[in-house]
Amino acid sequence: MEIFVQQLINGLTLGSIYGLIAIGYTMVFGIIGMVNFAHGDVFMVSAFIALICFLLVTTVMGITSIFLALAIVLVVAMVFTSLLNWAIERVAYRPLRGSFRLAPMISAIGMSIFLANFVQVTQGPRNKPIPPMVTDVIVLMDNGSYQVTLAWKQVIIMAITAILLAGFWYLVQKTSLGRAQRACEQDRKMAALLGINVDHTISLTFVIGAALAAVAGTLYLMYYGVANFADGFVPGVKAFTAAVLGGIGSLPGAVLGGLLIGLIETFWSAYFSIEYKDVAAFSILAITLIFMPQGLLGRPEVEKV
Amino acid sequence: MSDTLTATAPVATARTDAPMLQVRGVKTFYGNIMALRGVDVNVYKGEIVTLIGSNGAGKSTLMMTIFGQPRPREGTITFEGRDITNVPTHEIAHLKIAQSPEGRRIFPRMSVFENLQMGAAVDGFAHFDADLEKVFVLFPRLKERINQRGGTLSGGEQQMLAIGRALMSRPRLLMLDEPSLGLAPLVVRQIFDAIRELNRTEGLTVFLVEQNAFHALKLAHRGYVLVNGAITLSGEGRELLERPEVRAAYLEGGAH
Ligand SMILES: Nc1ncnc2c1ncn2[C@@H]1O[C@H](COP(=O)(O)OP(=O)(O)OP(=O)(O)O)[C@@H](O)[C@H]1O
Ligand SMILES: [Mg+2]
Repeated sequence: MEIFVQQLINGLTLGSIYGLIAIGYTMVFGIIGMVNFAHGDVFMVSAFIALICFLLVTTVMGITSIFLALAIVLVVAMVFTSLLNWAIERVAYRPLRGSFRLAPMISAIGMSIFLANFVQVTQGPRNKPIPPMVTDVIVLMDNGSYQVTLAWKQVIIMAITAILLAGFWYLVQKTSLGRAQRACEQDRKMAALLGINVDHTISLTFVIGAALAAVAGTLYLMYYGVANFADGFVPGVKAFTAAVLGGIGSLPGAVLGGLLIGLIETFWSAYFSIEYKDVAAFSILAITLIFMPQGLLGRPEVEKV
Repeated sequence: MSDTLTATAPVATARTDAPMLQVRGVKTFYGNIMALRGVDVNVYKGEIVTLIGSNGAGKSTLMMTIFGQPRPREGTITFEGRDITNVPTHEIAHLKIAQSPEGRRIFPRMSVFENLQMGAAVDGFAHFDADLEKVFVLFPRLKERINQRGGTLSGGEQQMLAIGRALMSRPRLLMLDEPSLGLAPLVVRQIFDAIRELNRTEGLTVFLVEQNAFHALKLAHRGYVLVNGAITLSGEGRELLERPEVRAAYLEGGAH
């Protein structure tokens, strides 16, 4: 029972991070029908931006309040990662729009390799650590031999994710920006006929996806205390799996899928084998694609269009 | 500039002012197939102009070409004196040209209300509540369905929504591609009455494509006949109605 509760907590923490990344995959797929293979690497770059910013903030600026530091790092990572993804879309994807369907995806694979190699060369191939940010834990249960703990950083991760998702949901559902975004997703030509600047809206989608990935990157860095140039790939594939599992194109699906993948991964590690934990995610991707390609919350095509 | 109105056919109402919408020598291609073969059309401020023609004549292509989707390979399109031939589609919309396009193109996963909000975007939501009321007076059905998703509306309801959405932008030029398609005769009459009313009371300029040539020509001040991508006839609506070739091609059995 204790192990179960502990894994539940760990799984939801990890799942929050996957969910934040998965939204970027699902939004981009929704609006331009492209699997953005570079999204995981954008997430990885954001972790490095957060790392550099954290070191600057704590050493050069000498800020000691961990919450202030975290807030600054979050904002900086979001801004720079958004700019990066905006630029990537402009140079690597937009010129290929209207070309054959696979062209932007191939470009994205190239961008993924470029980002990973760039970070490897400039930051080195080893894990880059930061001093632990938040170390306190709350002991929830204790049966003498096993303690169930809730780390403060887990609380922070889940709280920030929840707040962000609420804000994001509001943006997409209730503002005219969000409405324009959804319109482009459903019928780009009609959106243009109604005065929506489709190119801007697509840029905006990349910016939002990157901002959420940057939050995930910052939280990931805080959680594990290290960043590595290769961290784009595995978390990226897991988040992509989350998006597919939830139903690619569906925003609630991305969040649900993220949480499920996080839970499956931690339970798998706890009860089966930690070495094969990544296999679990990959197997789910394959099984979903074969048996349920529309995902859990994917849209059943019952509509007249 | 010479008045191109006389270039296609003699028209009784020879106007000296510049047309609001002027299409000159427009050729549009789909790949190597020429869908429009040098089309000239003028729409003057305050007019109702209709474009009739059989299936595949190129009517919808002309409507979309005016919005740059696709762009014409030759020819020019001007709106209120401004050359819009190569202006981005969304900027054309901001000149207050609205279209209810072929196939209606309702946003399927947005509610009726949100679809109408989309229409009001170019007007900056300045008159949203008042315009919404007007649309509801015109189509009470939409009010009943306000929270229903666009994709689950019936075909006729979608048609009403597409027209309502176009009206929400307070257009200076309203373009309707087969507004009567799929609607019950009573609703068609309502829509045509509404167009006439908007034209009379607010001076709304309307350019409409219709299969229903009889109703359209009765409603319109002027009409054009498009055959195989070229204008073959134009003139006053009632005058065209009398033309034997129009009657033979478009009205046999269609008049009721
Ligand atoms: N996207 C396209 N690609 C290739 N050909 C097209 C395309 N759209 C239209 N066409 C062709 O262009 C011609 C004109 O089509 P258009 O839709 O403008 O006709 P229409 O007059 O609106 O007909 P209808 O009354 O049936 O709506 C047709 O021959 C059609 O097959
Ligand atoms: Mg048509």
